Amino acid sequence: MVVVIKYNAGNIHSVVHALRRIGIDPVVTDDKELIQKADKVIFPGVGEAETTMKYLKERGLDTLIKSLTQPVLGICLGMQLMCKHSEEGNVDCLGIFDIEVKKFVQRNKEKIPHMGWNQVESLKSDLMRGVTEGNHAYFVHSYYVPLCEYAIATTDYIDKFTSALHKDNFYATQFHPEKSGDVGTKILENFINL
Amino acid sequence: MLAKRIIPCLDVKDGKTVKGVNFVNFRHAGDPVEMAAMYSEAGADELVFLDITASHEGRKTFVDVVKRVAASTSIPFTVGGGIGELADVERLLNAGADKVSINSAALRNPQLINDIAKNFGSQVCVVAIDAQFENNEWICYLNGGRIPTERKLVEWAVEAQERGAGEILFTSMSHDGVKTGYPNEALAALHESLNIPVIASGGAGTMEHFKDAFLIGKADAALAASVFHFGEINIKELKEYLKNNNIPVR
Repeated sequence: MVVVIKYNAGNIHSVVHALRRIGIDPVVTDDKELIQKADKVIFPGVGEAETTMKYLKERGLDTLIKSLTQPVLGICLGMQLMCKHSEEGNVDCLGIFDIEVKKFVQRNKEKIPHMGWNQVESLKSDLMRGVTEGNHAYFVHSYYVPLCEYAIATTDYIDKFTSALHKDNFYATQFHPEKSGDVGTKILENFINL
Repeated sequence: MLAKRIIPCLDVKDGKTVKGVNFVNFRHAGDPVEMAAMYSEAGADELVFLDITASHEGRKTFVDVVKRVAASTSIPFTVGGGIGELADVERLLNAGADKVSINSAALRNPQLINDIAKNFGSQVCVVAIDAQFENNEWICYLNGGRIPTERKLVEWAVEAQERGAGEILFTSMSHDGVKTGYPNEALAALHESLNIPVIASGGAGTMEHFKDAFLIGKADAALAASVFHFGEINIKELKEYLKNNNIPVR
């Protein structure tokens, strides 16, 4: 059973659609027992860090997610919430990855948010198997994770930043695999096959 | 490098795409889902679907189209046409659209931009502007270019950004359909004044026009319809051409 965690963030549908395209019919739920029992857990998200953390805490989902032992995939805001702290709303997050989420600062008229297709490089881990150095993935975000020891992919926008992370059973991508064409499909398949 | 985006735009009427009739080996030219799959396969970075139906029935059909496209397509897509209020936006986002494009409704009620940004985030809010160059000024128009307003292009785009627009989609009525290139000076002026991405629309006839929109107009993305639909420009070849001109593409 693959569970997509339901919470007050936008566009969970697109993750569900992407999973269905690869033959997986996920359960979308915030039921703790179901999440705990799942073989794979996906923690998606488009939204704002502070309000979302508050929502997770109120439902005890924060401690639950941290305690999971099966493979977990955080996407976009889901990824950022798995870090220690976010500059977005200056909020403490789950702390699975011991790293700070920072706001992009314009240097040379770069557009913020970082929106569109950008390249992933320095690829590591089974999650990125079959993805080629320099392949493009789809990003939409204004906050980022700096380069760090958990990086399994990096991307260059204003500075090089961490575009995917891995630690133990926790995986995360800043980009949206569900909207990243064949590259994203490959990554979702890799996650399901972990 | 962040890639420059190539965006085919499809007009949808009563649940079917119109125009796309000249594809070789393409059996169901009128099916939005097949069109989306075909363009996605060809290397399109994003898709725009515009509902050109006027009837209430047609609007409902369009929501079904959006649902079907969302289920089948693995690249982002924007929908527009006939969005008048927040409830329309909510319906289309719930159907699975990644972004909505608003045009006349934003000019009539600019607060709609704030409301969309606040409720769903700036990233879903594309503000489309139809403008025409007259008496040395770019004048914004309502209702698909039928009614002139007092608004000037750059001033309105800046206000839209301040209200929370995530992108500006600028169509030059003076260039649309004549295939003489995008309005590069106006695009560059928008780029200078804005911090959000600008999508160039209207005027593409050759691959060089795309190159100029990116290099001279500094556009972040270029949208076109007929040159793609009628097979005059192949997206794979276009991307190869742009790459050879040192423009980052996917």
